[in-house]
Amino acid sequence: MSEHTILALVSIVTAGLTMALGAIGAALGESRIGAASMDALARQPDEAGVITRNQFVALAMVESTAIFCLVIALVLLFANPLLPAR
Amino acid sequence: MSAEVFTEQILVWLGPVPLTRTMVSSAATSLILVLVLAPVGRAVARAPSGRLAAAGRLMHGFLTDLVTQAVGRPSPGLERFAGSLFLFIAGAALLGQLPGVVPPTANLAATSSLAALVFLAVPIAGVRARGPLGYVKHYFQPNPLLFPLHLVSELSRTLALALRLFGNMMSGHLIVALIVALVGLIVPVPLMALDLLIGLLQAYIFTILASVYIGAAIRVGEED
Repeated sequence: MSEHTILALVSIVTAGLTMALGAIGAALGESRIGAASMDALARQPDEAGVITRNQFVALAMVESTAIFCLVIALVLLFANPLLPAR
Repeated sequence: MSAEVFTEQILVWLGPVPLTRTMVSSAATSLILVLVLAPVGRAVARAPSGRLAAAGRLMHGFLTDLVTQAVGRPSPGLERFAGSLFLFIAGAALLGQLPGVVPPTANLAATSSLAALVFLAVPIAGVRARGPLGYVKHYFQPNPLLFPLHLVSELSRTLALALRLFGNMMSGHLIVALIVALVGLIVPVPLMALDLLIGLLQAYIFTILASVYIGAAIRVGEED
């Protein structure tokens, strides 16, 4: 295998690993937020609006870690600085 | 299948200036926003009881609540800035649902410029509210040793702001494009609905984070 083939192979495998491991963390965090906000909703149904709004904000903040992993995976696949431009 | 994730083809050269798809779509977003919202503004000024005026005041009330909650007190200047950000990002997400249109916020350069606006607005708002010395002083509190950490946090949150919006908008569009290439009919519809929801949610989050950052600069030393 030539040098570029090995680099491309490693990049593709690493992109998959990045996304897989990154998604685990975000999924665990989001599940905790979901559980906590459901708990809060069950305790205080009157505050549903505020709780839901803050839940969405918190979810999006946690989700951004997975999004960063996605961006890195896409850099590896589509804009890899080590591979020659196609 | 080739995907343009980070690069972008140049549509036409206007002299030395290249014109890209993102430039066209962001200009179109701004133009459509002005064309749609100018009658709303006029309706509010002329007949405060009409249907258009009600829509306008509903929007204004929503943005006022958002900014007031983030800053802790009404601040009309920040309302205008945050409102522009929200309407532009939400309008871009809505425009991205049209077939063949890529929203301008699915481009890293466009989201970076939005984040740079927030990055510049923070010290401007802080200096206007507290004076230059009063604003700079908070970088050295509670201990001068923390100065580098303050700087790093300002830079990293700007980077996060840009990457979060870019990643969400671009990934939604990429997923819809992939499913359309695989299946084509009906199946992409739920994903497009999710994409729309995520786009509007990201507009809300970008706006609320910008308000919180600027609000923190305005309220330097006020808390406790």
